[in-house]
Amino acid sequence: MMTTTRAAITLDQLQMGQIATVTTLNSTGLNRRRLLDLGILPGTAITVEMRSPLGDPTAYRVRGSVIALRREQSREIEITLPASVSENE
Amino acid sequence: MATDGSANDILQTATQLRAQIGGEQYHDKLMEAIYTDAAQIADQSVSREGQRARLGFDQLLDQALTHRIFGFIVMGLMLLGVFWLTIAGANVPSAMLADFLLGAVYNFLHQVATALSFPLWLSGLLIDGIYLATAWVISVMLPPMAIFFPLFTLLEDFGYLPRVAFNLDRLFHKAGAHGKQSLSMMMGFGCNAAGVIATRIIDSPRERLIAIITNNFSICNGRWPTLILMGTIFIGATAPPALASFFAAASVVTIAVIGIFVTLLVSAFLSRSWLKGEASVYSLELPPYRPPRILQTLYTSIIDRTLIVLWRAVTMAAPAGAVIWLSSNIYIGDASIAGHLVNLLNPVGMLLGLNGVILVAYIVAIPANEIVIPTILMLTLTLGRNIAGAQAGVMMELDEGQVYTVLTQVGGWTLLTAVNLMLFSLLHNPCSTTILTIWKETKNVRWTVVATILPIVLGVGVTFTTATIARLLGWV
Amino acid sequence: MTTQTETLPTTACATCPAFNSAQLRKLGINTEDWDYVVALAGNPNTGKSTVFNALTGLRQHVGNWPGKTVARAEGGFRYDDANYKLVDLPGTYSLLSTSVDEEIARDFILFGQPDVTIVVVDATRLERNLNLCLQILEITDRVVVALNLMDEANRHGLKVDERHLMRQLGVPVVPMVARRGEGIPELLNAVRQVVRGEFAVRPHRIQYRDSQIENAVHNLAAQLDARFPGLPNARWVALRLLEGDESIERALTEGTLGDLQRGEAIKSQNERMTMGVVGYGD
Ligand SMILES: Nc1nc2c(ncn2[C@@H]2O[C@H](COP(=O)(O)OP(=O)(O)O)[C@@H](O)[C@H]2O)c(=O)[nH]1
Ligand SMILES: [Mg+2]
Repeated sequence: MMTTTRAAITLDQLQMGQIATVTTLNSTGLNRRRLLDLGILPGTAITVEMRSPLGDPTAYRVRGSVIALRREQSREIEITLPASVSENE
Repeated sequence: MATDGSANDILQTATQLRAQIGGEQYHDKLMEAIYTDAAQIADQSVSREGQRARLGFDQLLDQALTHRIFGFIVMGLMLLGVFWLTIAGANVPSAMLADFLLGAVYNFLHQVATALSFPLWLSGLLIDGIYLATAWVISVMLPPMAIFFPLFTLLEDFGYLPRVAFNLDRLFHKAGAHGKQSLSMMMGFGCNAAGVIATRIIDSPRERLIAIITNNFSICNGRWPTLILMGTIFIGATAPPALASFFAAASVVTIAVIGIFVTLLVSAFLSRSWLKGEASVYSLELPPYRPPRILQTLYTSIIDRTLIVLWRAVTMAAPAGAVIWLSSNIYIGDASIAGHLVNLLNPVGMLLGLNGVILVAYIVAIPANEIVIPTILMLTLTLGRNIAGAQAGVMMELDEGQVYTVLTQVGGWTLLTAVNLMLFSLLHNPCSTTILTIWKETKNVRWTVVATILPIVLGVGVTFTTATIARLLGWV
Repeated sequence: MTTQTETLPTTACATCPAFNSAQLRKLGINTEDWDYVVALAGNPNTGKSTVFNALTGLRQHVGNWPGKTVARAEGGFRYDDANYKLVDLPGTYSLLSTSVDEEIARDFILFGQPDVTIVVVDATRLERNLNLCLQILEITDRVVVALNLMDEANRHGLKVDERHLMRQLGVPVVPMVARRGEGIPELLNAVRQVVRGEFAVRPHRIQYRDSQIENAVHNLAAQLDARFPGLPNARWVALRLLEGDESIERALTEGTLGDLQRGEAIKSQNERMTMGVVGYGD
């Protein structure tokens, strides 16, 4: 109940160490297809692996691989955090 | 049944059905279905035994290599280390090779020619022209390449390259360039023609063009030796002996880093002018680190890369040697052909803090940058011989110290000449192979011309600026 | 890859193909008079070029980053009295996105009609790799799955049940450590089984789970079947047409699709793709 009432957050807001689940892809066109190809689709679990020294891009772990995405892409990916984490906020 | 269904009927049915199942959504559902199956199969076939999917070591290393501060420091040190090893390690073998090829073998060949009573022009063309140019290329190039390539390949095999791309991405993004341009840029460090082909990993034609045009700012095989030699005999020599190779390496790295900045600047310029547009999105997979196979790397990088590159240089150097020897021994009026050319270009060369010999060398070296140094040395020596009255053959046993002497005493070089040669080596037209590759990949004369001319314009601008500043400050 | 280790037996079984590996002859760039064409497909950086080099004795660029192979490379090998032409394709994550690099791979698998497609799969990222594998199985059932990087899987504490995988996918699955040449004899044996039709392939079919899609695919495939009886991948072509894939639409209207049904390799397609071959790449 906690999670469902919260405003959706996007992947670029995900912190190191949190595990999130992808809910919606707002990207379009080839970009959307590329994300789907890599296995980033609704229901997929995703975590932050590391950030580039200059702050962007960020590398995420998805289905066992590490994939770097620029912020403008991760902004278009909506996620939810597991309830326990969201309650703390 | 519907055996008469023509192709167009089928297309029509497809269009109707597509409308029913709903455009983009259809693709999503399709991918979802595939991934559901894939996940199911994978889940049932793979079992975990305690360990996590990604090893702690990998994670730790990634934290360090992409660290906010250490990330760039490590990158710099890595680059410096590679060149320091190359320069320090190539020193002794280079001198030995030069001793042998330019001393013993050279003298022996001349003795044979005398014994067989070759006419002077023949022994000159064969030995002082073709052989000498080839021998110089080998002794200048072989040792550094044989060290540099394996080191670079080890880094590549280990998985460091994508991390560099990851670290630099923000800069490329700001320059309006594609995220994978840094990968094609790194391929260009080996060979620009290969780098241009590597830009195929970039989907967007606009960004691919940017990557193609700027690839030339990655110092390639043919140019490393020029930088290393200049760095060693002019820059390294200004430092205390213990630090000489460190200074030399630092100067080479500086030029390479300037090259990266020029890449970014030119990319930014292009993406805001002729090739306007937003940087397209991309995704880069960072593979796990893999222990490189040392022996195999040594073998393949020496056989495949070093020898192939050397072979290319030699096949270019031999005819170039002949051309240089002929042009500096065929006289028109009071000077040789080469002499006339050098005299013609000398005023421009001086203005750029270079000289006529260097400019002629860059014309001769259009097919391959590798022969810049041999051409410079041969021209300086043969033309200088007439000026200084030195005997041919006396100064052929050139080790690095003697090269320095020849260039400064006979050629009148200064530190500015060396520095500007390094800059010009970075900023001049691509070699003919690369130009041809650019044309093949773009099928566009205009962009091929831009890619060819733009670096020269930059090179002339930059060297003129440094020369003017140096003169105003009274350094030369 | 230059070591000889690939000819060493990796299992002690008497009937197993280790014996046969002695019959492998690497033919380098010599691909004349081939009896069979074998394609190497897979995600980027899974070891395709490593396998290619082990089989042909050539030295395609192998390196640890995705995107090295941007063109096709070809080589040859001889095994068990037959000559094989092996084609190393650029790595792709999918065949559904119609981007340039994918097109080279997809066109070859579809129009080049290789006798066998070896899908090189990263055992440590099975889910993502199976995505491509399942797509290829929709195009062709003449597939051998090379389950590569088994050493890394072991190191990561992953155990892969290749028999289960084989049952699920319905095609041969060969665990490998391509870098050390392990599994090469078994791979060759599986390839031979498939070209000879000795392996009863029962390729996995993607379940669309959405009755609307399932029906649409079914109807369109039936129509394609009627128009081009014997078309080996009507379902996949239907999928692409539903998505409005222009190059497949063109193949349909220009009649190239009809050639597929007769099992003819398409010359013009092949030549178009060869243009890009330069010899650099993953
Ligand atoms: N540990 C391990 N590494 C491998 C194996 N096969 C390939 N590699 C490495 O994986 C990387 C990618 O290989 P490559 O053949 O270039 O892959 P491609 O992109 O699919 O052609 C290289 O660094 C190889 O050395 C294997 O079986 N085990
Ligand atoms: Mg490859």
